[in-house]
Amino acid sequence: MDTRIDFYPTHQHQGYKLRPGRPVPFGATLVPGGVNFAICSRYATSCTLVLFEKGASTPLVEIPIPEVFRIGNTWCMVVFDLDYERIEYGYRMEGPWDPRVGHRFDSSKILLDPYAKAIGGRDVWGEPPDWNDPYPHRARLIFEDFDWEDDRPLETPLADLVIYELHARSFTRHSSAEVKHPGTYAGLMAKIPYLKELGVNCVELMPIFEFDEFENSRPNPVTGETMYNYWGYSTVGFFAPKAGYAATGPLGMQVDEFKNLVKELHRNGIEIILDVVFNHTAEGNEQGPTLSFRGIDNQTYYMLTPEGYYFNFSGCGNTLNCNNPIVRMMVLDCLRYWAAEYHIDGFRFDLAAILGRDPWGAPMPNPPLLESLAFDPILAKCKLIAEAWDAGGLYQVGSFPAYGRWAEWNGKYRDDIRRFLKGDEGMIPALAQRLQGSPDLYGWNRRGPTASINFITCHDGFTLYDLFAYNYKHNEANGEQNRDGGDDNHSWNCGAEGETDNSEVHALRQRMIKNALAILLMSHGVPMILMGDEVGRTQRGNNNTYCHDNDLNWFDWSLLERNTGLFHFARQMIAFRKTHPLLRAREHLGISAVQADFIWHGVHAWNADWSPGSRTVAFMLRERQAGQGGNTNPVLYMALNAYWDALPFQLPELPINYRWHLFANTALSSPHDIYEPGHEIPLEPYQDSFLVGGRAVVILVGRP
Amino acid sequence: MAIQVEVSTRNGITVVTVAGEIDGGSAPGLQSQVLPLLQQNGALVLDLAGVTYMSSAGLRVLLLLYRQAVARNGRVALAGVAETIKDTMAVTGFLKFFAVAGTVDQALTTLQQA
Repeated sequence: MDTRIDFYPTHQHQGYKLRPGRPVPFGATLVPGGVNFAICSRYATSCTLVLFEKGASTPLVEIPIPEVFRIGNTWCMVVFDLDYERIEYGYRMEGPWDPRVGHRFDSSKILLDPYAKAIGGRDVWGEPPDWNDPYPHRARLIFEDFDWEDDRPLETPLADLVIYELHARSFTRHSSAEVKHPGTYAGLMAKIPYLKELGVNCVELMPIFEFDEFENSRPNPVTGETMYNYWGYSTVGFFAPKAGYAATGPLGMQVDEFKNLVKELHRNGIEIILDVVFNHTAEGNEQGPTLSFRGIDNQTYYMLTPEGYYFNFSGCGNTLNCNNPIVRMMVLDCLRYWAAEYHIDGFRFDLAAILGRDPWGAPMPNPPLLESLAFDPILAKCKLIAEAWDAGGLYQVGSFPAYGRWAEWNGKYRDDIRRFLKGDEGMIPALAQRLQGSPDLYGWNRRGPTASINFITCHDGFTLYDLFAYNYKHNEANGEQNRDGGDDNHSWNCGAEGETDNSEVHALRQRMIKNALAILLMSHGVPMILMGDEVGRTQRGNNNTYCHDNDLNWFDWSLLERNTGLFHFARQMIAFRKTHPLLRAREHLGISAVQADFIWHGVHAWNADWSPGSRTVAFMLRERQAGQGGNTNPVLYMALNAYWDALPFQLPELPINYRWHLFANTALSSPHDIYEPGHEIPLEPYQDSFLVGGRAVVILVGRP
Repeated sequence: MAIQVEVSTRNGITVVTVAGEIDGGSAPGLQSQVLPLLQQNGALVLDLAGVTYMSSAGLRVLLLLYRQAVARNGRVALAGVAETIKDTMAVTGFLKFFAVAGTVDQALTTLQQA
């Protein structure tokens, strides 16, 4: 390498040896003998590289990047002989201060590189920061030489996924987790056997891009406990994994630890999807701190009103200007980096409707960013999942610009299933749509059932247990007099608000949870389970736990013993889904796929009751050739009774030589509520009806 | 931070004893001293009992040695790795590449059996 001409410096500053850098890739890149720094700004007039010894409050040196090193709007410079492990870097930008036209340059601020791949300053979760640090979130240099061996993203077909949404800290922070490094990536890695036992094949991590848990942190007015930006939906750096989630964060090795987690998940057949927050940043509105984007190129990075204030489509103070070409490029670079360098299998985009707005906030018919991501050759096999709404009132479930690639969190699935479960009238037609993979939303445009990420619960809102334990939200612990959080929960407390000694209420809740899990895993589309719902995790009625670093969020692993029946039920339901390709249809039956059918029944076979007063329905899933010409594939039947009394459901006839077998009956208690797939209990050959308990579901398998 | 490196041979196997802190400053020197000791089909023990700190750069030197040894059809065993360093290696995925032993004698036995 040292025979290359560009191995040698051409300039120097205070003893630091320099030469002109390369403009791409942006960020800091290790090159032979030194580090290539590159950063762009459209309106800055000059740029200074600021180097620190790790953790020092005053800079080691400030190196004004020579004007001759600037290419277009990009400042780029190689600095030689830096000790990669001991250096932190930032920038100062000179430029106009004129908020009315969107410029907020302030050369007194030291700015974080938007492409920083590791960020110091919050190395240990919850460790109180130095509030006077002139550079609170500090860019670091990393090695990008992880030994992946033969790992790569798994490319599991979307239709085969069972997604498990979890929070990297909450999953193992509770002492009952009994892991060596609670609340970390390493802790999550130690729990991979649990995920395998449950049977999920994809984890979706709530935000793990570097964020500041101390953003808007405050003492709880009731308990005095610190309330944090706990969930992390507020990004500081899009290219850096959260250091405070790494056991090795204090050593600056979060990059290796996170990559090792990905590699181990993959080795166990589990994909990893990241929840990414590109709708806003941690800089807030004009009152917020200047950490990075605001001081680098405010007018480029943010959607601004004609008066130069921040549009707030995110509900979090600012809105990232996603369809500005520079920002679009950054988002694309970022996702490519995570896909290529971290082997990430997919992304879930928080408030993704914002990504389809133009720089003035208007929704676009053909948003360049969404199109770029859909057609990108590096992201080509990644799952792209939109939360298809935003805080500005844009609701695009069923109409998100998809380009044949994008799936959506199906909010209508959540609402319709909840309403059916709690016994609302008039829900049968909607329920039928949701069970079929929402052809009303994704059939007309041929997006298919895999466009629908089906969920009944997610981090936003009640847990599954709380859905059947609370009529109302109980968010007092959030310190806003219970005003925050949604009110449209479609929940039902089963007869008592919150914890109760009433064993009937308790039994009913268990049954309702099983009903929900059964529907979720029997529906076409892609099921997503919220962390802990398989063991009845509670947030004590709090439906917006974004700020709590305590057992409102932490997974209490002792539930696994207390609710072992629920876990067993969830595990068998997942196994059942994996056993039967009929449940994992790639296309909508009856629209694109013609080899199998949904056949609707009710308490009378072949005669579903679609009327407004109905609370019951049943369906049979059957290949058209089942039972004919040597095809012995099973037929599936599910009866759903949201009425409060038991009702006999007349069973449809099976092909000759087939016999019904009972797989699941939520009216019974564990372990008689469900059987291992393949070991279902045969019904008597003459049995032509099944008594389905009040508020219960029954699943049968017909096979020879 | 300086490190001390001593090389000896036991039962025909090269034993490199390292003491001190292996970081970005000392790692390149360690690498240039140990790499030439790798022989075709050879085995090497790295005695790290005297290493009190290992940074990311230090772990990378270890992995590089391992990769170079494998390329020469050789083997590398680590001996006496401090618990905290071993833990960091486990969490970041470096550990599983190596045969790890408590003492040099155990490491020699491991390599001779392999």
